Amino acid sequence: MKAARIAPPSEDKRWRVIDATMRRHGYHAHALIETLHATQESFGFLDEDALRYIAATLGVALSHVYGVATFYRRFTLKPRGARHTCVVCTGTACHLKGAPALLEALQQRIDHDPTNPPVSILAARCLASCGLAPAVVFDGKVVGNLTPDLALERIEKWLHHES
Amino acid sequence: MNPEELHQLAEQHAHARTQIPHRIRVCAGSSCMGLHSDQLVNAIQRELKQQGLEKTCPVSGVGCMGLCSAGPLVAIDPDGILYQHVSEADVSAIVASVGNEPLEQLRCPTDIPFFTRQKRVVLEHCGQIDPERIEDALAVGGYTALLTALTEMTPAEVITHVMRSGLRGRGGAGYPTGLKWTTVAKARNPRKFVVCNGDEGDPGAFMDRGVMEGDPHRVIEAMAIAGYAVGASEGYFFVRGEYTTSVKRLRKAIMQAERNGLLGANIFGTPFSFTLEVRLGAGAFVSGEETALIASIEGRRGTPTPRPPYPAEQGLWGCPTLINNVATLASIPPIINHGSEWYASMGTANSKGTHVFALTGKVVNTGLIEVPLGTTLREVIFEIGGGIPNGHSFKAVQMGGPSGGCIPAEHLDTPLGYEALQRIGAMMGSGGILVLDDTSSMVEVARFFMEFCMTESCGKCVPCRVGTVQMHHLLTRISTGTATAHDLALLESLCDLVQHTSLCGLGRSAPNPVLSTLRYFRNEYEASLTSTPSNELIPLTARPPAPPTQGPNGKGA
Amino acid sequence: MPSSVRVKTLRIDDLDVAGDEQQTIFDVAVEHAIPIPTLCHLDGLGAVGACRMCLVEVTSANQTRLQPACATPIEEGMQIVTNSPRLQEYRRMILELLFAEGNHVCAVCVSNGHCELQGLAQSLGMTHVRFPYHYPQRSVDASHRRFVVDHNRCILCTRCVRVCAEIEGAHTWDVMGASSQTQVITDLNQPWAEAETCTGCGKCIHVCPTGALFEKGYSVAEMHKRRQFLPYLRAMREREP
Repeated sequence: MKAARIAPPSEDKRWRVIDATMRRHGYHAHALIETLHATQESFGFLDEDALRYIAATLGVALSHVYGVATFYRRFTLKPRGARHTCVVCTGTACHLKGAPALLEALQQRIDHDPTNPPVSILAARCLASCGLAPAVVFDGKVVGNLTPDLALERIEKWLHHES
Repeated sequence: MNPEELHQLAEQHAHARTQIPHRIRVCAGSSCMGLHSDQLVNAIQRELKQQGLEKTCPVSGVGCMGLCSAGPLVAIDPDGILYQHVSEADVSAIVASVGNEPLEQLRCPTDIPFFTRQKRVVLEHCGQIDPERIEDALAVGGYTALLTALTEMTPAEVITHVMRSGLRGRGGAGYPTGLKWTTVAKARNPRKFVVCNGDEGDPGAFMDRGVMEGDPHRVIEAMAIAGYAVGASEGYFFVRGEYTTSVKRLRKAIMQAERNGLLGANIFGTPFSFTLEVRLGAGAFVSGEETALIASIEGRRGTPTPRPPYPAEQGLWGCPTLINNVATLASIPPIINHGSEWYASMGTANSKGTHVFALTGKVVNTGLIEVPLGTTLREVIFEIGGGIPNGHSFKAVQMGGPSGGCIPAEHLDTPLGYEALQRIGAMMGSGGILVLDDTSSMVEVARFFMEFCMTESCGKCVPCRVGTVQMHHLLTRISTGTATAHDLALLESLCDLVQHTSLCGLGRSAPNPVLSTLRYFRNEYEASLTSTPSNELIPLTARPPAPPTQGPNGKGA
Repeated sequence: MPSSVRVKTLRIDDLDVAGDEQQTIFDVAVEHAIPIPTLCHLDGLGAVGACRMCLVEVTSANQTRLQPACATPIEEGMQIVTNSPRLQEYRRMILELLFAEGNHVCAVCVSNGHCELQGLAQSLGMTHVRFPYHYPQRSVDASHRRFVVDHNRCILCTRCVRVCAEIEGAHTWDVMGASSQTQVITDLNQPWAEAETCTGCGKCIHVCPTGALFEKGYSVAEMHKRRQFLPYLRAMREREP
């Protein structure tokens, strides 16, 4: 038996999703990754309160939770700052068909913009959409067969909308 | 559900399919989806409604049809017409053409070697049926193999069948599947598990994704058969977290199977019960390694542990655990349905059956293909693949991703098979075939894969954690022309060290891309060496320390 | 103890030996005074097989493979070679990689002269490092009243993690990150002084093979580590009530 349940860190309704996940797995220690998935999806990141709450509820060590949260790439400990994300696939097929040039062009465009645009340029492991190589995910939407110019055109739209 | 009900349902749904004069299939595989084929489905739906045809000509999104480079693909049944590069502007013309003259300007010929040279066993129904409807799966014979296994065969007979078929693990290592099943079946433990490894992480590989998205019921059926054969009543799908469509379709398919009594307690009225759960990978390539995969399901850091003990003896929560790759499992139902002799009649002496490959890189036709083993690389690249585009010439083909190797032109006639590929310094891997043309630098290819292994190392054992950083550094120096012959010698001894002393398969195979390119393209390495070592300091990692490769939901750059 | 212990016979180097089936190659070798170098393994802690120093050549069923002695159970008829020239070369190279990875400056280290990494380098004849040094930016946490963790000297053997979880039962330590960014942490990667689960028992200090974990108040070469408590505690914990 576990000790008495502790209350979630806040009144936020999203904790219900996390609670439901833990309950579904019987508050078992092995539900840790599933719970972190649920938290990441609900809040967009895992803050210290969340990690403490999950550790206490599942009865696992704090350092263990932290170790797992930092081992896997899908989990983030800080909120993502930028409003838009631009994820360049760096899988083999995309690499071969010009992903490095895409990544550099996009990064340069953002780095050299004095207005500090609200776009993060990220690199992803293979998106497994190799037929589209080179591919970029603009805010969750996959766009394929890109050239640096076409990719820049895409983020240009965001930049102008924002300013 | 009892056996009669299954037959009835299957006949009923198969009959229903013949009652509809036409149907439109739109490829909703990952590549076509990237070209917005989901919007295409909606547009066609609207147009059909407008024309009052929605009853006589339903449209559905289906799994990967294979020829990704011609996407988005739309097929008209039963006429067998295939349209390529379809856009929303073509929708009204396509709908108008149904039952009439086909639109020649959009047509994708189906008599080309890409289609005729393939033998689709695993992908049999991929792209043919709506993966989100169990009725479609049942209509084409889904779950009949499970019925046969449960009602006409003993677990030992099922295993003998798999053994005789010669099926080997499609995840890369090629371990005989029947033998693996036997080990788990023989283990004396009342609780056992079956795990489907769908944590496909090789860059350039999307075979498992194609199967899970295109025909999820096939894999579920196979899991239940495996559970029956080895004596397990619980199973897990471990799916790469980025594969949201796969996860969604698998979950839906599991629910449908449960509702129809094809999963759960006393399947087909037999004493056999089986439940399935989906677990998401959280973005670590090493999680595909069996012991790391178990750690991930158990909610721990996905670092491998020394074997023995093998998961077949002590796996999930210490219980005997059968771990099979998606494509391996998807081969099981046809083996039960058509017999092990039939399966073993395809392939070579030691590599039986068919294999799904992801054909990518500098080749005309890219996509998902399935061929009998024993097919030569030349046939795959120049007939099915249509050769090298843009007037360039073939240089090499990389097989097996970061664990595999490069094969030069002189070995193009090698028949695809586990041992045959190993002999020439490559490996089957999970099935990525990456074609390289004369513009590719082989040192750069080796460096690319080493960067992958370096950032994907779990960090547990020293040779892999530190050795890959050093090898990547040396490869960067060679590719930038600042390395000496001494550096090359050092690289080779590091390859030897990491290959023989690393803890898991990821580390042990990390040097493979270097070793194989050194074997066939040593001149490229030597040509970039300098005799005067420069004093210029190159940072040890080419990029900032934070892992440069992050998933779509990964940490901020 | 199970009533019938099955005894297995094997050959280590030129010696015919026997052990019970629960034992590892390392256990049996130690019993027969055959030295096998280790950095991550320590008698009394669970084996992880991470440092690869204890790899030995194991021939069984006509196949020779390199296996970590600390994590490989013995089998009937095994032929084991513990110290071939090839193994020696691999061990030296692994040491070189470790020296290149961290910031190991023996001359200013509290463990100078009593360091297992340094000791192995000397006994295995690792005279120089052929690889470029990483010179990583790593921190020192001296927040704790009595103890210090200097990540520059950490070789990630995880002995501290295991002793804390397995023997002390606090699980204050764990490992964060992956690849070359791996690091040991206390609680939520907090300063040690703020780690509320730490009991201050100091076991981690004494199992650490290098000067990465040490007690305050010691100067260069003054830190001696005492480990005799470990097999004793393990035996006491496993003793039936």
